[in-house]
Amino acid sequence: MKNLINFFKSFLLLELLKGMTVTGRYFFARHITVEYPEEKTPQSFRFRGLHAQRRYANGEERCIACKLCEAVCPAMAIRIEVAERADGSRRTSQYDIDLTKCIFCGFCEESCPVDAIVETRVYEYHGENRGDLYYTKEMLLANGAKHEAQIALDRAADAKYR
Amino acid sequence: MINIEIDGIKIQTQNGATVIEAAHQAGITIPHFCYHKKLSIAANCRMCLVQVEKAPKPLPACATPVAEGMKVFTHSEQAVKAQKGVMEFLLVNHPLDCPICDQGGECMLQDMSVGYGGGHSRYHEEKRVVLGKDLGSLVSAEEMSRCINCTRCVRFLQEVAGQMELGQAFRGEHAEVMSFVSGTVNSELSGNIIDLCPVGALTSKPFRYKARSWELSRRRSVSAHDSLGSSLAVHTKNNRVLRVTPIENDDINECWLSDKDRFAYEGLNSADRLTKPMIKKDGQWQEVPWQVALEFAANGLRHLANGAGAEQVGALATANSTLEELYLLQKLMRGVGSDNVDFRLRQSDFSADGKQQGNNPHPNLPPVGEGANVSSLAGGEPRQFLPWLGMSIADIGKADRLLIVGSFLRKDHPLLAARIRRAVRKGAQANIIHSADDDLLMQVENKAIVAPDALVETLTQVSKAVAAKQSEGIAGSLLGGERVVVLLGNFAQQHPQSAQLQALAQQIAAATNGKFGFLGEAANSVGGYLAQATPGAKGLNAASMLAAPRKAYLLLNVEAELDCANPQQAVAAMQAADLVIAMSAYKHRATEYADVLLPVAPFTETSGTFISSEGRVQSFKGAVKPLGEARPAWKVLRVLGNLLKVDGFEFDTSEAVRDEAIGGMDIPAKLNNASQAATQSSILSPQSSGLQRVSDVPIYATDAVVRRSAPLQATADAVTPQAWLHSDELKKLGVQAGEIVKVSQGQGSVMLLAAADDKLPKGVVRVATGHAATAALGAMFGTISVERA
Repeated sequence: MKNLINFFKSFLLLELLKGMTVTGRYFFARHITVEYPEEKTPQSFRFRGLHAQRRYANGEERCIACKLCEAVCPAMAIRIEVAERADGSRRTSQYDIDLTKCIFCGFCEESCPVDAIVETRVYEYHGENRGDLYYTKEMLLANGAKHEAQIALDRAADAKYR
Repeated sequence: MINIEIDGIKIQTQNGATVIEAAHQAGITIPHFCYHKKLSIAANCRMCLVQVEKAPKPLPACATPVAEGMKVFTHSEQAVKAQKGVMEFLLVNHPLDCPICDQGGECMLQDMSVGYGGGHSRYHEEKRVVLGKDLGSLVSAEEMSRCINCTRCVRFLQEVAGQMELGQAFRGEHAEVMSFVSGTVNSELSGNIIDLCPVGALTSKPFRYKARSWELSRRRSVSAHDSLGSSLAVHTKNNRVLRVTPIENDDINECWLSDKDRFAYEGLNSADRLTKPMIKKDGQWQEVPWQVALEFAANGLRHLANGAGAEQVGALATANSTLEELYLLQKLMRGVGSDNVDFRLRQSDFSADGKQQGNNPHPNLPPVGEGANVSSLAGGEPRQFLPWLGMSIADIGKADRLLIVGSFLRKDHPLLAARIRRAVRKGAQANIIHSADDDLLMQVENKAIVAPDALVETLTQVSKAVAAKQSEGIAGSLLGGERVVVLLGNFAQQHPQSAQLQALAQQIAAATNGKFGFLGEAANSVGGYLAQATPGAKGLNAASMLAAPRKAYLLLNVEAELDCANPQQAVAAMQAADLVIAMSAYKHRATEYADVLLPVAPFTETSGTFISSEGRVQSFKGAVKPLGEARPAWKVLRVLGNLLKVDGFEFDTSEAVRDEAIGGMDIPAKLNNASQAATQSSILSPQSSGLQRVSDVPIYATDAVVRRSAPLQATADAVTPQAWLHSDELKKLGVQAGEIVKVSQGQGSVMLLAAADDKLPKGVVRVATGHAATAALGAMFGTISVERA
């Protein structure tokens, strides 16, 4: 009896029709995949991508070398050296983030008392050599300069939840 | 005993204790800022408010004495509300600059506000601003807005350091801590106010912005700069010493540290550091590998010992070297066949070393002691002279009558001076016999300020007066006490008649039923004796080694022109020598006379042992790796021993060296201030004509590390030495204070500023030693001439 049922099932291609139904259902449904890189998914303003160092509107760098981000970083990806600048203020003489170590947890951004280190929405970056992903202070400040408008908007959007 | 109850826990405490003391005894935490167990009670921060049963309002725990049956609540609604309120007020004017504050991470205010403060601030008005102050090169008071006016610093300087250099001016919101007429804080204990400050108002200037507290590793170590052996923590990061803080040790340094110990570390990474072995070839210094330098040194020593004779080799070490280094140095010298080894470089009277002997190889030299070699002792013989403190450091604080002979106490032993100061505040009487009258910042009962050649005479009179039970003067003061302490300072120990001074001091102590001891000059003043780094029967001591120049010298941490009793003679001896092997952490004037420079590690970079003046053996480990190619001196000596094929140099660790040196030794039994030879000491006739030199070793010129610490060298205590004279003497010379005079001694002369000090006895010139400006002069004691430049 069982053999007979199996015979008719395979004879009438029932399994194939079942599969084709699923295919057909998705064929006509709304597509959720995007055609990267032509299309991109929407991002939250809390997106944690490439790091940047910000400056104040007057051009002064924000970072005061408090080292809280270095202390909080679970991957130990941040390295900071402090020096007193000629005007007596406390500044970094070195601020490096090793993005090969970074796990993009955002703790550095959370711990920063002056919103100096931030994670931008930028995720399209690469390095051809290992060292390319070792970001120095200059590179981070350049990132900040490039994306400041978006960074400021995102901070403003997030402000009411803080 | 009184029974009280804190938070439901029944506690028995002493009558007169305060609630906070009782709570701390029982391990209950009460938040506080202004309270400090070693300072007087101010009760001005109000952080320690607690609820006491039947009291209508919360009471400050630090100022409330316990009473029988008292019930205290530290966490009740009333207490918590009071603590929260106080915290809110403290934070009203405290700037929110924790991220750039050096105190951040080790700040009492941060911790307390997390534990006892509210979650947010209700204060949105302007905060007050207090301008920064310049307190000198050690303490930074740039951010006085952070001050919460607890006045711990004010009380410390007044009560412990002895001089009220800081005070609180103005009232209410305008109250601020400031120095007197914008002066600097010059106390030799000033660094302690950095530790005491519960916030970041007073921070360390050399440490400013160097590191955050959580990045530092703390390594336990021992002070290498005075004879106290203070416990300290060396804070390091990236193999660099970044700061030094005290470790509380009630037996030694309590919770304090002198500035010398605290800030000397800045000299460790000085540009002067010798980081590669060097040898001199054809008058040119060349950096060479260790192998080459060591073989050069070993061959040179072997050649000289075989040729000119082993007795032509002498070894000198400073008393700041570790026990292991001193032990290996003497072992090496004795292995080579020479008995000439000494670490008492500034001492001039060696007659107390032991009994005098007829066969003095150099009859024209000061007598050489016999058998200072401890191991040569047989059971029945009298114990060797081994000067030490004669009591524990704590005993000094308990004394009620003190006689301090020949000591620049405040500068030589800042923490001992603080202990004595506290004893004096409690009613002890301090008596001074000395050749200079520096302000000790304590009440001195009697003082006799006499020229160096009259010290023995003065002490003899005191001794006679004590024997005659006189009721006046120093004798009267001493006889009136129950716990008498007689101390000989560095000046007395360096004095040409130190054996006589010692004998007399000993008599006085015996007659008054007191204790007697030597304050000790350096970290290993006792350890050097125990390491046997003193000449044996046929050996020459430090003075005679230089008076009768040797053909070869092995120097361990010695800067001949700064560390020796007679710089002139020392440098001449070095220059005349065929071979000078200098083991040093620094490049210094040795480049003029040495043939090999071997870079060795200072105390933070090597393991070792110091034996403090009270006989306390303290071993420590290196806090950081040696800089460059420098190596611990005990390793260098070990390899030299191997190269010279001396037996018994197979040490793998400094602990093994220590165990061979003092393992199983009954150290307290070895310490012995009594010397049979003392009374037979050769009596030097008082000097009749001319001016006599009184020389101190300035506080920041005592050893190589301290001399290179830039912040210490920028303090008021580190000014270039001047020629201090009584103003009558100045008049006689026709010189005004402030003019340049020519000071001559032996073949050398230097130009110094003349200065007037009417507290000096007449007929003396006070000229410091241990400083490059006076290195051209001769012995620390003796005649000296001053003339118009």
